[in-house]
Amino acid sequence: MTTTAEWLDIGWVDQIPVRGSRTVQVEGGDDIAVFRTAEGKVFALLDRCPHKHGRLSQGIVHGGAVACPLHNWRISLSTGEALGDDKGCTPTVPVKIDGGRVLICRASTLKAAA
Amino acid sequence: MEHRPIKAESDTREHLVVIGNGMAGCRAVEELLARDAARYRVTIFGAEPRVNYNRIMLSPVLAGEKCFDDIVINDADWYAANGIALVAGDPVVTIDREAKTVTTRGGVSESYDKLLIATGSDPFIIPVPGKDLPGVIAFRDMDDVGAMLSAAERGGSAVVIGGGLLGLEAAHGLSLRGMKVTVLHLMPTLMERQLDEAAGWLLKQALEARGQTILTGADTAEIIGNGKVEGVKLKDGTLIPADIVVMAVGIRPSTALAREAGLAIGRGIQVDDHMVTSDADILAVGECVEHDGQVYGLVAPLWDMCRSLADGLVETPTGYRGSVTSTKLKVSGIDVFSAGDFSGGDGCEDIVLRDASRGVYKRVIVKDDRIVGAVLYGDTADGNWYFDLLKKQEDVSDLRDVLIFGQAFASGGGQADPKAAVAALSDDAEICGCNGVSKGQVVSCIAKGAHSLDAVRGSCKASASCGSCTGLVENLLALTLGDDVQSGPKTMCKCTSFGHDDVRREIVAQDMRSIPEVMQKLHWSTPDGCSACRPALNYYLLCALPGEYVDDQQSRFVNERLHANIQKDGTYSVVPRMWGGLTNPRELRAIADVVEKYEAPMVKVTGGQRLDIFGIKKEDLPAVWADLNAAGMVSGHAYGKALRTVKTCVGSEWCRFGTQDSTGLGVKLERMSWGSWMPHKFKIAVSGCPRNCAEATIKDFGVVCVDSGYELHVGGNGGIHVRATDLLCKVATEQEAMDHCAAFIQLYREEARYLERTAPWIERVGLEHIKARIVDDEAGREALRARFLYSQSFSQDDPWAQRAEGAEAEHHAPMARFTPQKEIA
Repeated sequence: MTTTAEWLDIGWVDQIPVRGSRTVQVEGGDDIAVFRTAEGKVFALLDRCPHKHGRLSQGIVHGGAVACPLHNWRISLSTGEALGDDKGCTPTVPVKIDGGRVLICRASTLKAAA
Repeated sequence: MEHRPIKAESDTREHLVVIGNGMAGCRAVEELLARDAARYRVTIFGAEPRVNYNRIMLSPVLAGEKCFDDIVINDADWYAANGIALVAGDPVVTIDREAKTVTTRGGVSESYDKLLIATGSDPFIIPVPGKDLPGVIAFRDMDDVGAMLSAAERGGSAVVIGGGLLGLEAAHGLSLRGMKVTVLHLMPTLMERQLDEAAGWLLKQALEARGQTILTGADTAEIIGNGKVEGVKLKDGTLIPADIVVMAVGIRPSTALAREAGLAIGRGIQVDDHMVTSDADILAVGECVEHDGQVYGLVAPLWDMCRSLADGLVETPTGYRGSVTSTKLKVSGIDVFSAGDFSGGDGCEDIVLRDASRGVYKRVIVKDDRIVGAVLYGDTADGNWYFDLLKKQEDVSDLRDVLIFGQAFASGGGQADPKAAVAALSDDAEICGCNGVSKGQVVSCIAKGAHSLDAVRGSCKASASCGSCTGLVENLLALTLGDDVQSGPKTMCKCTSFGHDDVRREIVAQDMRSIPEVMQKLHWSTPDGCSACRPALNYYLLCALPGEYVDDQQSRFVNERLHANIQKDGTYSVVPRMWGGLTNPRELRAIADVVEKYEAPMVKVTGGQRLDIFGIKKEDLPAVWADLNAAGMVSGHAYGKALRTVKTCVGSEWCRFGTQDSTGLGVKLERMSWGSWMPHKFKIAVSGCPRNCAEATIKDFGVVCVDSGYELHVGGNGGIHVRATDLLCKVATEQEAMDHCAAFIQLYREEARYLERTAPWIERVGLEHIKARIVDDEAGREALRARFLYSQSFSQDDPWAQRAEGAEAEHHAPMARFTPQKEIA
């Protein structure tokens, strides 16, 4: 599988630590954070907390959420919405897995990182 | 097998040809016969030289619980009785859509009016060197089982690649047949597609207890052997000897024949809701098809597909709408079940029940008052009930409180209220199995004044051991006292009903060794904890098992994972260690060079007498550390729940008021205690005289030198709530000061709650307790000190040096870089 007009091939699933994350650098924009949950699901979000722009890629991943390293806001990996009493939303980037490769949506990546 | 393709002259019926004599192909024919037995003339082609059998039951055949005859679904008589021609052992190799014929390898050609492709799936063989060696076996059909059985007769070792359902069944069978079995699984937990992490962990423990070796995170590099299999080599260099290798990493839809015929293929042969392919006269069913983007590898969807297919063939179409799948199986005698989506996510609530002594784990995932998934381990009796509720999308809000206890409990009439259920119990009903406490005893202990969970635990011991009856005791408290229940000690977090002290005590008492083990044995209510409990558990295990526990990086706050302090803009600050606050030109030059080389925008002297370099990018950290290491500097742990700094004044060496060598003692204390992980950050200072220039009386451990010796102070804090230290004692020698310091740190490490500084800890337990342990009990002090030094023997590796040499490089480098193309030239 390779990069196409719609999808960017960013590497193998197992390059992302379980309950951890990696980043994709987008030239001229913000990073995209790519997460892998304990269940093995992969999600991508703009690497920026809606609160004070903390790097979500550096947070602790638990269940389907990540805790921002700056002020412990919990952000849903699937919707980018802040959980609990906090309000805010981080742009999400669609992800698909093909033959063990992680593909992220090109258009959403460009839009989110811009 | 017999071949009866001859068509009677009088038979003018349409001819249905089926490619595939497996479960899907035959079931489709059965469904068709049930609707209209006379409608089609049927011919079935099968690649295997035998009648239709139940492929799912190959595992019991391998395990010796069944023989081939037991697993036959349709015997030769069935084909004969229904007038079906069977061509077995001669696979179809071409489909001619123009002429509407199929041809076998043996040259048999047959024309069709309708063609049904039910070729199932092929085992996926990972493309490693040695994959074609004799002794590498798949686990797909009866021939594979035969090959495994004859290998098992010779004994020896087997390696099974793949820790999914198929692999574990192969491993179980081979193990029962007397082989020494090692399972290699690429993922961190077994059967990750069917089980969540907790259940996967339990399964691994159980299989290991049954004598199998399970290696997770094991990536196969090659299969080695000269002329036949001799072993498997992993990418990390591990070599596992093997007489056979069973490749059970997964299956792929078998689409080659359909692809060659030019049918539309995605992940499988693409079909519509009536199982019709891109050619109106060709249908497909089973594991080889892709319907609505989905490919299925379980049997239940096959049955649904076959029904829709048969309905279409007799022109009463009912569309197939996809299947919600569940898996209920026994792996090595252990019942596991999963259904629906158990990955959690937004709006999903987990209801978890863990019963450690019965080896049971149940997790039901509820979203918008409806069950969306379930994982059961050890007790799957209610699997079907949950699956039924899931499929029917039933509103479970009324059942919610009792849902996890299962159908029998939840549907027991008036017992839907858990308090009513407890009220209905007789007085001699056992509440706490661990300590043999009855309901009557709990109630009488509540009546005697135990008005909180903790008080009940303290007086009659109910729920004081494994804690699985905590809910029952709480209900009894509520029932007996109404609103007078006193809330117990604060729990660690919302994932558990236990407080920090309970968890620590049980970790030691039950010799727990990993985070999943703690979560299982102490009945965690979430599958993998949260950002509050995971770092705490990681610390407690690290403290309890020095040198043995493997630190879980994903359970550490980012600063401790990256060994630097994250700043608000996402860059990091770096503080090299300067022993006792002393430095020299070489270190200062190295720091200055780093600041220039990496364009750090700011350098600041910290409150703890160190230099803090700000604005370092994550990807530059390893190079920065390498440069600092080269000048002899190591991590200052300014980021950790750890010893931070030892602040000193200049002392007797230079100061006209100095009474002792405070800088020298500071350096010694820092050399002794650096690198140790603690419940929270820990600061030390040594002042050379009572003028106290090093501000030792607001530190966690402070030494104030006097003419006659050393005053030792503890529990100070210069933070939000400023607290001056308490005087612990006065000692005469430097060595005694060091010994008391080591003992005090260890007591704090063992007794304080995670994220509790020494000041609140001492206020909670009382200074007298500290004095009794450190000052009055000389043997106890010595034991504490020895435990601290033992633990330190494992922790004084500079984490920066490891990273600078490339360890865990993935923490620093991006996974990929993307340069957007200019859209307009």
